[in-house]
Amino acid sequence: MAQNLDQIFVLLTGWMVSYLPEWLRPYGVAVLGVVGVLAVYVTLFALTTWFERKGLGRMQNRYGPNRCGPFGLFQPVADGIKALTKEDLVPRSADQVVHFLAPLVLLIVICMGLAILPVGRNMVLVDMDAGLLFFFALGASTELSVFMAGWSSRNKFSLLGAMRAIAQMISYEVPLLLSAISAVMIAGTLSLPKIVEAQAGFSGILPHWYVFTPWGFAGAVIFGIAAKAETNRCPFDLPEGESELVAGYFTEYSGFKFAIFFIAEYLGMFSISSVSVTLFFGGWGAPLSFLTFIPSWIWFFAKVLTIIFVFIWVRATLPRLRQDQLMNFAWKFLLPLSLINLGVTALWRFMGDGWQRWIVCAAIVIVSYIVLGLWGMRRQHVAPRKYSYAD
Amino acid sequence: MSPVFYLLAAITIAGGLAAVLLKKLVHCALAAAAAFAGLALLFLSLDAQFAGFVQFLVYLGAVAILIVFAILLTRNAEEQDGGLFSRTWFAGLVVAAAVFAVIGWAVLRSGSVLPNQLAVPTATVRDIGVALMGRYVLPLEIVALLLTAATIGAVIVAMHEKEGEQ
Amino acid sequence: MLGEGIIKGLLETARNFVGSYVSKERLTTVQYPEERWEAPEASRTFPFLVYDGDEWLAGLRCTSCQICEKECPPKCIYIEKSADKKPDAVGKMQFYPTRFDIDISVCMSCQICVEVCPFDSIKMDRIFELSTDDRFEGLILDRQKLAKSNSYYHQIHPTEAAEVDAALASERAAAAAKAKAAAEAVAAKAAAAKAAAENAAPAGGGA
Ligand code: SF4
Ligand code: SF4
Repeated sequence: MAQNLDQIFVLLTGWMVSYLPEWLRPYGVAVLGVVGVLAVYVTLFALTTWFERKGLGRMQNRYGPNRCGPFGLFQPVADGIKALTKEDLVPRSADQVVHFLAPLVLLIVICMGLAILPVGRNMVLVDMDAGLLFFFALGASTELSVFMAGWSSRNKFSLLGAMRAIAQMISYEVPLLLSAISAVMIAGTLSLPKIVEAQAGFSGILPHWYVFTPWGFAGAVIFGIAAKAETNRCPFDLPEGESELVAGYFTEYSGFKFAIFFIAEYLGMFSISSVSVTLFFGGWGAPLSFLTFIPSWIWFFAKVLTIIFVFIWVRATLPRLRQDQLMNFAWKFLLPLSLINLGVTALWRFMGDGWQRWIVCAAIVIVSYIVLGLWGMRRQHVAPRKYSYAD
Repeated sequence: MSPVFYLLAAITIAGGLAAVLLKKLVHCALAAAAAFAGLALLFLSLDAQFAGFVQFLVYLGAVAILIVFAILLTRNAEEQDGGLFSRTWFAGLVVAAAVFAVIGWAVLRSGSVLPNQLAVPTATVRDIGVALMGRYVLPLEIVALLLTAATIGAVIVAMHEKEGEQ
Repeated sequence: MLGEGIIKGLLETARNFVGSYVSKERLTTVQYPEERWEAPEASRTFPFLVYDGDEWLAGLRCTSCQICEKECPPKCIYIEKSADKKPDAVGKMQFYPTRFDIDISVCMSCQICVEVCPFDSIKMDRIFELSTDDRFEGLILDRQKLAKSNSYYHQIHPTEAAEVDAALASERAAAAAKAKAAAEAVAAKAAAAKAAAENAAPAGGGA
């Protein structure tokens, strides 16, 4: 029974497809899978917008939305209707074609990223040999669409927002990749389902997730921070800082195109949290050995939503960084730490089983964290700035 | 040759031509990015996943962005007079054709594209990694050294302000 | 240590998150249409015109001097002066506005009109539910809509209104005293003239 429930979507797809003629079946599977994944993630998006506003409200001692339906649950529907009925304005001096293409490219690229996520046992749309690389390749392509949006609007706010976004995404992509590589080094593969399998199994009742190792913990934290920066979420939301840039690179978008940017931001957040769940939190595996009877896909989405909750929590807590703080943090703290972490991962791999490696690896990670932290927080001499060219 | 190949080839060639012929520099850069993407998809349709993704990651994520940044940071105003195509499109086309001729000549001369090669070599990511770390480790390290030197040089060029003046 | 402050902040928000479900006192916001919050006395929205007595037109304090019209920074007051006169709050004969419009879509609630008015005629209101479905005509308030009784003024700004009333009362008293004095002076003058005439007649007769 538990087995069937676990595989219910796989069985359902098989059953539905069996009514199709033989040659249509692969296409049927593909269409059903795509529709299913998109439906699930878009529903999740709607729920998350509600959840985020509720959570932010509660963390600031407010109620949050409570007018549309019970507990304000229909708020996303109202928002959707509003976005659909608004006028779609395009600035007259904008580059019409590029302005139109930018949100489309962004949405397509982000949706492609959803295809490789293993959402449950035997539940992955495309199992690629280099799935993780595919994910990062797509992440790189979103930068281009952000630039397209910012440049084509012919607006200083948009352009500045796009420049900030690209600079930030490039900087944080380095620690993101480096921290992901440590999981790849241990699992020995770039395929996401295989990385999940590598974390299967329990010792006692505790799972073998990578986050429960010194390097994995550091990697998960670095990955999480970099993921927040990649998705332009607070406290890394400089590209769309309302107090400085109106809305950053999508200032000149309205109506449904604005909604597309909004959806793309959230879907990007889901996909990057799904990847971090896959890399460090055991993917669809149960957290304790006696909980395996609960279907794998429930575990996966529970973990993703937990990570999203942490995102919201951090957003409610921290103020926005300044541009130089942002860059210093990426290049002077995260990058060295993730490089050291890479070395620690290699050490972990070659020290063999045993308790020594725990002590050594944990010690290196903690010491480097403290040293880098102290070095980064040391009192800096602040003097009036000298301009080389301006005077 | 499947329809997919023709579609991707059309995208790639159209992107390349547009990159050479269009008037606005940013349009050219975006067209070049489209050509890069088409090329990456061509790699993928040939089952060369690693090469395809790296093409995406490096060319779309780094090279295209670099070009775009360079354009934005160096010229502030663009000529507004009309016309879709650049005035010097012919020169651009000639340069592109010359480069194409050289590369095509080199490809045709090299022996590895014999049409009678039947068995498709399968190279997994692991194979590529092993090859890079084994047989090609020296070139890899030399490239790494070169890039490090270039990065340090760039930092020094950018670090114009002298410490003592602060 | 690096990250200490972040953890402290996270704990604080977590405490808010749980606490807002447990204790109602933490919730700082007001559920507006059902619950209402008593606005402080000094709060202000848009200007209105004060009238004394029961008749709004007769009691209007405004003398149509047009100072506020000139001083209003965004120029959102429009006044037309009457041809005839009527007694003002103090009892003097003055002009009155035949037209007094304020465009509240332009008004920025700066209160300058109130500061400059020499007749304590224009004051700031506290109503805020002014939304309308006609953004052109609906947001221009004419003199009838602007006119509000002195008792309303006492209701929204009691302290200020009491001061104004005291000032007006003393002014009225002064005016009354002056009028009385003038009347007395006139009477005295008349009496003096009469006396002089009477004195002069016998003298003339005597001459
Ligand atoms: S409050 Fe200010 S803006 Fe409004 S009518 Fe008076 S002077 Fe004009
Ligand atoms: S409201 Fe006051 S300042 Fe304005 S016209 Fe009337 S009396 Fe003069």
